[in-house]
Amino acid sequence: MCLAIPARVILMSDNRMAEVDIHGVTRTVSLDLTPEAELGSWVLIHAGFAIQVVDEQFAAESWDLIKQIVWVDDDVPAEASA
Amino acid sequence: MADILSAWRDPELARHLIEQIAQAADRPMKIMEVCGTHTVAIARFGLRDVMPDNVTLLSGPGCPVCVTANRDIDFAIELSRLPGVVITTFGDMMKVPGSHSSLSREKADGRDVRIVYSPLDAVQMAAAEPDKQVVFLGVGFETTVPTIAVTIKHAMAQGLTNFSVLSVHKTVPGALEALVNDPEVAIDGFILPGHVSTIIGPEPYRFLASTYHVPGVATGFEPIDVLQGVWMLARQISEGRAEIEIAYQRGVNADGNPTARALIEEVFEPTDAEWRGIGVIPGTGLAIRPEFADFDAAKRFDVTVPEPKEIPGCQCGDVLRGVVLPFQCRLFGKGCTPEHPIGPCMVSSEGSCAAYYRYTDYGRA
Ligand code: SF4
Repeated sequence: MCLAIPARVILMSDNRMAEVDIHGVTRTVSLDLTPEAELGSWVLIHAGFAIQVVDEQFAAESWDLIKQIVWVDDDVPAEASA
Repeated sequence: MADILSAWRDPELARHLIEQIAQAADRPMKIMEVCGTHTVAIARFGLRDVMPDNVTLLSGPGCPVCVTANRDIDFAIELSRLPGVVITTFGDMMKVPGSHSSLSREKADGRDVRIVYSPLDAVQMAAAEPDKQVVFLGVGFETTVPTIAVTIKHAMAQGLTNFSVLSVHKTVPGALEALVNDPEVAIDGFILPGHVSTIIGPEPYRFLASTYHVPGVATGFEPIDVLQGVWMLARQISEGRAEIEIAYQRGVNADGNPTARALIEEVFEPTDAEWRGIGVIPGTGLAIRPEFADFDAAKRFDVTVPEPKEIPGCQCGDVLRGVVLPFQCRLFGKGCTPEHPIGPCMVSSEGSCAAYYRYTDYGRA
């Protein structure tokens, strides 16, 4: 539940909302908690929010691990169950 | 051990770290990983099995769903039975049993209980369905709390009168203090939670070292990260040092996320919280401040719940304190499995019982 998943900001919209790419899946998230995030930033996503800006290498490492340790109930999006 | 190591990113470095840990661990050491994601990583990569005899890794209270008290679950269930109320929550919460029922059972019985991916989704539902009262059941630690704070501010900005949050959020440092003071537990060092630390930074843990002389290391989730954290702790313990160190520089800044911390502060104030297995810990809950009382489900709905009951035979509370290992529970794997969980520690994907069951052979008949 406290797991945060790396993603890349691919589109900025109004109201500090943004589209992010989570390994091929596009999600809309809020950037309210990361005022410094901009187009192209790598961020950690938790419960529909970017909670930290991270560097690209860190994002790649985290993803490798997440693939290995997160299992997901059929009806639950990974980020919510994690 | 060779089998386990070969699956890791850098088996050589891992081997080296394990040797270093064995050298540093010159006495028996009990090290607790606080975070459920660490518990999963430790089980998944077989880290317990590669520890030297002197080092015992224990799982702690870091699964927010697991530590939620039956009283709070019962309250949410009562709310779901009120006409016109929609309960929204993260998926992990659905199957967690309270005294008599669970949200998923209530849903099967026709109550309106919905899983959301983000608390903002619940606000959208409230805006789209003005004849419903949408309640978000807020469970989680400092990682999650700022997202709820922002959500409440959004609902306020939109002028919504049919959205509220039942806040059973908890904060981690005070729970660690309770464990340090528990003579049954006797922890020598903590692996501190990575993503909680991303928000709060290392400062809120300093008292563990300065007041109680118990060291802590915030670390990441790779096997190598965890081993490095254990090694740093073993060194501190054998040298008689107690410091709060960060082995997760990539994910934790020295001051955490100041924007997120300010939002928590603006919307929530500390209150007492009941933790499963531990009891009431002063100041570890987060109540919604009076300025935002309109969005506080605990104030808004007049619901009383009977005295909660514990689940017969379930030792989840002791598991969360590190006193009992999951496979020491009589029901583990025999009656209690992830498919048919009896207690919360088997429900959540990061509960200790579920992690042990999925990834280890302990206690399997
Ligand atoms: S195995 Fe099941 S019954 Fe036993 S402590 Fe864990 S959750 Fe409770």
